[in-house]
Amino acid sequence: MKLVTCILTLTSLVALSMNVSAEEIAPDTLIRNVSNEVLDIVRKDKDIQAGHTGKAIDLVESKVLPHFNFMRMTQLAVGKDWRQASSEQQKTLAGEFHTLLVRTYSKALSEYRNEKITFKPMTLKPEDTDARVRTEISQANGGKPIGLDYFMEKSPNGWKVYDIEIGGVSLITNYRETFGSEIRRSGIDGLIKLLQSKNLANEGAAAKK
Amino acid sequence: MNPSSVMQTVPKIGLRNCIEPLRGVLCAIGVTLVLTGCATSGNPKDPIEGFNRAMFAINDGVDQTIVRPVAVGYDTVMPSPLKKGVTNFFGNIADLFIGVNNLLQGKVSSGVSDFGRVLVNSTVGLLGLIDVASDIGMEKHDEDFGQTFGRWGIGSGAYVVLPLLGPSTVRDSIGLVADMKTNPIPYLDNVSARNSLLALNLVDKRAGFLAADKVVEAAALDKYSYIRDAHLQRRRNLIYDGNPPRESEDGASTIDIDIDHNATLAYQANAPDIASEDAIAASK
Repeated sequence: MKLVTCILTLTSLVALSMNVSAEEIAPDTLIRNVSNEVLDIVRKDKDIQAGHTGKAIDLVESKVLPHFNFMRMTQLAVGKDWRQASSEQQKTLAGEFHTLLVRTYSKALSEYRNEKITFKPMTLKPEDTDARVRTEISQANGGKPIGLDYFMEKSPNGWKVYDIEIGGVSLITNYRETFGSEIRRSGIDGLIKLLQSKNLANEGAAAKK
Repeated sequence: MNPSSVMQTVPKIGLRNCIEPLRGVLCAIGVTLVLTGCATSGNPKDPIEGFNRAMFAINDGVDQTIVRPVAVGYDTVMPSPLKKGVTNFFGNIADLFIGVNNLLQGKVSSGVSDFGRVLVNSTVGLLGLIDVASDIGMEKHDEDFGQTFGRWGIGSGAYVVLPLLGPSTVRDSIGLVADMKTNPIPYLDNVSARNSLLALNLVDKRAGFLAADKVVEAAALDKYSYIRDAHLQRRRNLIYDGNPPRESEDGASTIDIDIDHNATLAYQANAPDIASEDAIAASK
């Protein structure tokens, strides 16, 4: 009997703590924490600043990407043609898009030069499941700060990013045109091939360094 | 250069002399547009894609061989405070016509603040080299005649890649002529000073984008369309002063069952095309 109570208490404790970790962190807090943590590492890491992509990629994979919903991002970037794709194709597309965005994000991090980031306050109602977290990056050489916004949605595993907007340019919208015209030209498989060859080229460019 | 000397130089010039070369360029574009009019790939925002791609390739070549190397050299050699001073100097001149455009768009307090910025930065800020105004909380804005036309309800028209000047639209090209009319630098009497300032302005601008180069190289599946789509989104955002309605994503979200409905609803509000959205912005 004692053992049963013990197990029950333990399981409920575990369940409780999981619940807390998943729901407690508000989207703006999450973005602030992750940004500060990642940029702290970049500031101290001379290798990343020198453009060693491997280290930056590890950082992005381990700290940033767990907070992204890649299936959703890919779906939004592909747009209405998404339903044409088999679930196998969808998975491959999301995987290749993931690789492409990791490369891009890592490059962006290696260009980071201690620009100041301001986190804008936001109000979130308890029933909200979609949120836009606004931040602003001050440019090193002066000039108007650039907006960097994260579009997030609530999921059972916490808030997840499904789009980023930089200076008003949405990442998924920007890919939609290219994705769409490639699908019109050579179908879903054509788009998969295009992404694969782009990823190979990026890898090649990194290896040459 | 302080604002009063800027003002004094303006009446001296023959406006026509400055516009003439640009008019020639625009004319040449017009002719080329007619000649290449049939080269399209069906994108409604980019009906002259054939011409644009060719011009993009030429501009990219000029950039890779001349402009970018010079900007890289400038970026490496110049100490940061000096670079910042140069950016601020041109930013101060730009604030003049940013103020004019804010007034034209009916944003009076922003416009007045822009002129206040010029006043503060031209005096306390040592002829614009230091952006004192931003430090004391006078926000820097981003306006031009293309945006003003957009606010007035004029649609962007076709996407156009201008020779040397790069991505634009029909509306923004006309705006650009007006921008150049109000920029005091081309009116300077001293030709070598004028040309040096124009060149420095270009190099300063290009140096500001160096960090973005590598990111675009890594991100773009097709550099031409990547830059085109980013440019069009950016302009749309600027016309709405950073708060445009989200564009629809063609109903893709409707097939997605496991994702919360509210998130998809925001996407389904069918956004009209860019041109008519500009008109909506103006009517607000």
